[in-house]
Amino acid sequence: MLRPRITPCLLVHDGGLVKTVGFKDPKYVGDPINAVKIFNEKEADELIVLDIDATVNNVEPDFKLIARLAAECRMPLCYGGGVRTVQQAKKIIGLGVEKVALSAAALEDPDLITRIAEEIGSQSVVVVLDVKKRLLGKEYDVWTHNGRKNTKRTVLEVALDAQARGAGEIVINSIEHDGKMKGYDLALALRVREALHVPMTILGGAGSLDDIVSLVRTCGVIGAAAGSLFVFKGAYRAVLINYPNPAQKDELIRASLGAAAAQ
Amino acid sequence: MIAIVDYGLGNILAFSNMYKRLNIEARVARVADDLTGADKIILPGVGAFDHAMELLEASGMRERLDHLVLNDKVPVLGICVGMQILAKASDEGKRAGLGWIDGRVRAFKSLPAANELALPHMGWNDAAPVADMPLFRQMKDDARFYFLHSFYFECANEDSVGATARYGIDFSCAVRSGNIYGVQFHPEKSHHWGARLLQNFAEL
Repeated sequence: MLRPRITPCLLVHDGGLVKTVGFKDPKYVGDPINAVKIFNEKEADELIVLDIDATVNNVEPDFKLIARLAAECRMPLCYGGGVRTVQQAKKIIGLGVEKVALSAAALEDPDLITRIAEEIGSQSVVVVLDVKKRLLGKEYDVWTHNGRKNTKRTVLEVALDAQARGAGEIVINSIEHDGKMKGYDLALALRVREALHVPMTILGGAGSLDDIVSLVRTCGVIGAAAGSLFVFKGAYRAVLINYPNPAQKDELIRASLGAAAAQ
Repeated sequence: MIAIVDYGLGNILAFSNMYKRLNIEARVARVADDLTGADKIILPGVGAFDHAMELLEASGMRERLDHLVLNDKVPVLGICVGMQILAKASDEGKRAGLGWIDGRVRAFKSLPAANELALPHMGWNDAAPVADMPLFRQMKDDARFYFLHSFYFECANEDSVGATARYGIDFSCAVRSGNIYGVQFHPEKSHHWGARLLQNFAEL
């Protein structure tokens, strides 16, 4: 049976790993390479690494760091941050990364998704959408530049367009839930899940494995990504990289999808 | 020595790193002469079927590979699209495949169950090997691997099925015919299960 993916998401800022709350107040949590080594040992399902500086500083992806991450990483790796051209995407795949994530550039130039997919294949093109609920009404807008620019386009409109243009996976990242560790935005997750036919990953809000159970129970087999959950321990948010062991993962699948699914 | 065929597709580095960790000698082959002395061949690949065949033909290694695999019976392991091009043809493209294993590559989206499947098939899935499949030796019955694909290998002969996985249907996630092997998943990114499989291949 295809299993839900439980995916640590690491944010790179000033060369180190950080964790934000509501996309603000980055707290240093360690060295990227060291974190990858720990997730290797823990046999994480896959890994997302997002450079949160590249787009706002308008610089190229840090290819040296990507090469070191890819060489170390023994699980599928998705890299995002500052990718604006087909050449950059090809170079990243060539360094040994499985998936390239696009965000701001794909919002400004949606055809970029198609051009990159034609070169590296749809299965390796991920579109990450940072979303925030409108003050009035039920709609969610897509934001870019670490939550500073509102595209004023709704999440469903953008997600469906990205899928039609060749994205192989959509990541929905909730700005309001980021770092809060109080659970995913399940209503949003379900709404997007029902509208899309490509694989999806939900990011933002997970504070316990039970939150992942709730997500999978709501949406079925899906990607459950988390930052804080896998880098902090305890009420005082002490930095400690952690990840469920195989037995905990099996239990999580049993709890969310039922006994038959865990076989 | 294991030759990892680099024709411009696939995560060559991941295979090199994995064999380095396993302490098994492996070398990247970029031209036909690099294949000299190979007692095993890894044929990686990602992306589209036709693109893979084009690049393999253009690499100048096709003829030598045909000879090593078909005449000298050197064991070969195709991975992902490297497995799909072992077939005669694919619904994804117009080009002929290597045709080393009789079969055709099909699209998940053409299945009756396609509406209920998220596509591509992405993530960790269980593999059920047939009884005498040497690549799965010494694995407990929990073998699972990372998949990322939209097309699957349909064997013409049931004897060629090496393992199955379930996604909409039970499809062949591993194939074999004599010295020729293929896996649809990514052993190079599948933790200890993948390492074991690559080691098993090295020890054939």
